[in-house]
Order: sequence, then C-alpha cells, then structure tokens
Amino acid sequence: MNDSDIILKVEGLSKAFGNKPVLQDATFTQRRGTLKVLVGPSGGGKSTLLQCINYLIPPDQGRVWLDGRQINPKSRRELSAYRQEVGMIFQDFNLFDHLNALENVRIALLKVKGMAKAAATERAMAELARVGLAGKADLYPAQLSGGQKQRVSIARALAMDPKVLLLDEPTSALDPELIGEVLTVIKDLAQAGITMIMATHQISFSASLADEFLFMEKGRIVEHGSPAELLGKDCCSRTQAFCAKLSELAGDAGQ
Amino acid sequence: MDDTWSFVTEQVIPGLNLGFWATVQLAVPSALLGLFTGIVVGVLRVYGPRPAQRLANGYVSFFRGTPLVVQLFCWYFGLPQICLFIESLGPVMGVLNALHLAWVPRLLVLSPMGAAILGFSLCSGAYHSEYVRGGLMSIRTGQIKAAQALGMSPMQTVLHVVLPQAVRRALPGCGNEIVYLIKYSSLASVVTVNELTGMARGIAKSTWRNTEVFFTVGVYYLLLVTLATFILGWVEDRLSLPGFERRRE
Repeated sequence: MNDSDIILKVEGLSKAFGNKPVLQDATFTQRRGTLKVLVGPSGGGKSTLLQCINYLIPPDQGRVWLDGRQINPKSRRELSAYRQEVGMIFQDFNLFDHLNALENVRIALLKVKGMAKAAATERAMAELARVGLAGKADLYPAQLSGGQKQRVSIARALAMDPKVLLLDEPTSALDPELIGEVLTVIKDLAQAGITMIMATHQISFSASLADEFLFMEKGRIVEHGSPAELLGKDCCSRTQAFCAKLSELAGDAGQ
Repeated sequence: MDDTWSFVTEQVIPGLNLGFWATVQLAVPSALLGLFTGIVVGVLRVYGPRPAQRLANGYVSFFRGTPLVVQLFCWYFGLPQICLFIESLGPVMGVLNALHLAWVPRLLVLSPMGAAILGFSLCSGAYHSEYVRGGLMSIRTGQIKAAQALGMSPMQTVLHVVLPQAVRRALPGCGNEIVYLIKYSSLASVVTVNELTGMARGIAKSTWRNTEVFFTVGVYYLLLVTLATFILGWVEDRLSLPGFERRRE
C-alpha cells in the first residue's frame, strides 16, 4: 500500500463521558476512494467515532491525519480548514430550517469559502441536480420529505469538495419507502470514487459496496476485514453473528 | 353632553396631542434600543464566554429585580449627584482639566427625555433578552453541529444559523414587551417628561374633570398599541417562512 494513497489516518482515538468510556483506542487508515462501513449494536461507539474524527466531539486522546497532515484541533483556523475537507451527514439531516434547499447548500460556500454569489449558486444547483433535487431548490426543509432532506444534506456536504465524507446512519431516521432514494445517491457516490466512512444497519446494501467493515462494540473496534471475510458463510465472526440477527429481525433471511 | 364634547375637543385633545408626540419620541427609540440590547445580551447569556454570561445575567437580574420608577430616579436624579461628587474631587478634576476633559462628568447629567429613554431601553432589553434566550435554546443542537462540520466559526454559526431562527421564534414575546413598553412609558412623567399621562394629569388637575381626561388618554394608548400590534404583525408576516409560519386561528 502506497503511503500517498492514504487519505485519512486515525490513531488511538478515545473518549469518555464522565467515567464511562464510549470510544477506546480507535485506530485505522483509509485509502482514497474506498468505503468503510461501521457496524455494530447501538451505543457501540459508531457515532462517537465519526464525530471524534472531525472533532465535533473533542476526543480525550488520539491523533488524526488528513492527506498526510496531522490535525491540530487547538487552532481554530486549522480546524475550520480541516472540517471543510471532511463532509458530515447526520442521522436526522440537520438542515438549516430557515433556509431553502438552495440556500442550505450555498451558505457555507458563501460564508466559509467566500465564493461570489453567482458562482456559489451555480455550484449549489449542480449539487442539487446530482442528488436529483434540481426542481426542489426553492423548498424549505418543512416542505421536504425525509429522503429529500437527507439528499439536500448530502448535496450541502458535496458542495464543499470534501476529501472524506462521514455518514452517521444516514437512513435510520427515514420511513422504509424513502430509504431507497438515499441509498441510490450513496451508491452513486461510492461508484464515483468518493472516500466515505458510513455507520449503518443496512448490511446487505453496504456489503455490496464496502471495501472494509469495522465492527464496533462497547467503544472498541473488535473486528475488521472485507465484507467477504467477515460475512462469509463459514465465518464465525462477531460481525457475522450480529448481521445474522439483524436480518433475522428484518425477516429477509436470504440476503 | 355637548359640554363634555367641547371640553374634550377644545381642551383635552390639543394637550394630549403634544403628549402623544412625546410618547412616540420616547417609545420608538426605546423599543429599538431595547430590542438591540436584548438580542446582544440574549446571545451573550447563551453563547458568550463565562465572564460575559455572568455579567449579562447580573444585568438582567438587576433590571428585572428593581422597580422601573426607582431606575428612572437613579438615572435622572442620581447621576447628576455623582457628577457633582466627581467635580468636588480636586485631583481628579485637575487631571481632567489637564486633558481638556473637564466636560466629561457633565455627561452624567441627562435631559428628562434622555434619562427616560436610557431607563426604558435598559429595562426593556433585560426582558427582551429572556425571550431571545428562549428562542436561541429552541434551536436544535444538531444544526449547530452541522454548521461547525461545514467549517463555520462560532460567530458565523450564531449570525447565520442560530439568530435568524431564534429571532423568528422570539418575535411574539418581543412584541409583547414592546406593547408593554408603550404603556410603561407613562412612567416618564415622574422625571418631568410631559408625555401622554403627564399631560393628562396636568389637564385633570387644573380642570378637575378626571373622567373625561383619563377616558380620552386611555383611547390614545389603545390607538398606539393597536398601531404597534399592526406593525408587529406585518413584521412577523415579512419574516414568515415555511416551518416558521405565523399561525392564525
């Protein structure tokens, strides 16, 4: 593996709330253009790991490198520059409620990147078109469905040209019939070579796209490997057991 | 009845019209300054650094915890005494004279109008800040995280994400405070401003016809408040967005 191929490196990230450790010694590297999938039970530390990576939750310990440069979270300027390069998709979308779809995508281009209005508008419209929402640019979050909101939030993140996209259970808050449209967009992104780390319970979907699975439990990464390794029929991994239980509950045994 | 009518139109209304302008000149700047103060103080109380939060909380408890009349007395009668006290301090005045700043203590002597506007703005700001604080706290932390994740600074997050929403949520409460301000502007008469109530009291005292005078002044306040309600409703409509609608029954 060539070193310049590594876009993101995370070493020893740990976080405790009070006395309770929620993330312990998370370490991994990620190559350009790959998709890593975080699976595991709720409360296992998936969301904390993602939010520690871009310091939305400041980790107690650990270091992060993006494109070979170590991040210094103490410098506000550096942290802002780093966050611009790491997109984040949240479970409950977190669109800005007072801005319409176009303005949601455009605001960081204007205020953070300092782009001119015409150029920012053009870029924002292009990103909305990419997620299939060019016709909804004027609508406010209150007028969009959950799936549409999540696609706007993906457009908002993509407009910043991120080097890595973090997705925190992007379909968990959606009605079942709306999950498909968001998964289609994520699949397009994976095929376009966007580097992503995604926490999800959509096992069969992500198994077909992921380069690597990380299984997290009690704040630790307990297993990692390719989907084929971890989910193979004869494999007796924790990941396998967990995923089998998920699909049993979902009632699609033949995944 | 005819006598009442001519008394009202010939003696009460001309006097009250003068007072009406004084009330408008008091209430409009006080409402705007109070709202501005309230927004700044509200933001400091929620997002400010610890010392600024303490200071802002102290300001609110002081101005909500003392009667407005007492505050007005302090600004109008108290400050000039502090001015006299400073001017009696030889060494201090020596320094100020040398710096050609001997006029500075005189700034503490306020006109009746100035004292009233200062008092109303500061008092109103304390109440506004409470509505603004409620509005700020109603914004889900998820949106703040999303703004940070896009690289926005805390200042940008407050200005572009939190405040535009918080102000919309706080508007009905702030409108309430402005309506209330119009009525407590009547207290300016205690520091000799001849606004509506002051004029009314003067006319009533000299004519001994309390009923006509005070009923009429009540109508003036009702008109002012109706006008303010209309303007506030228009502002709410202008700021209304899907998800932030002004709900009508």
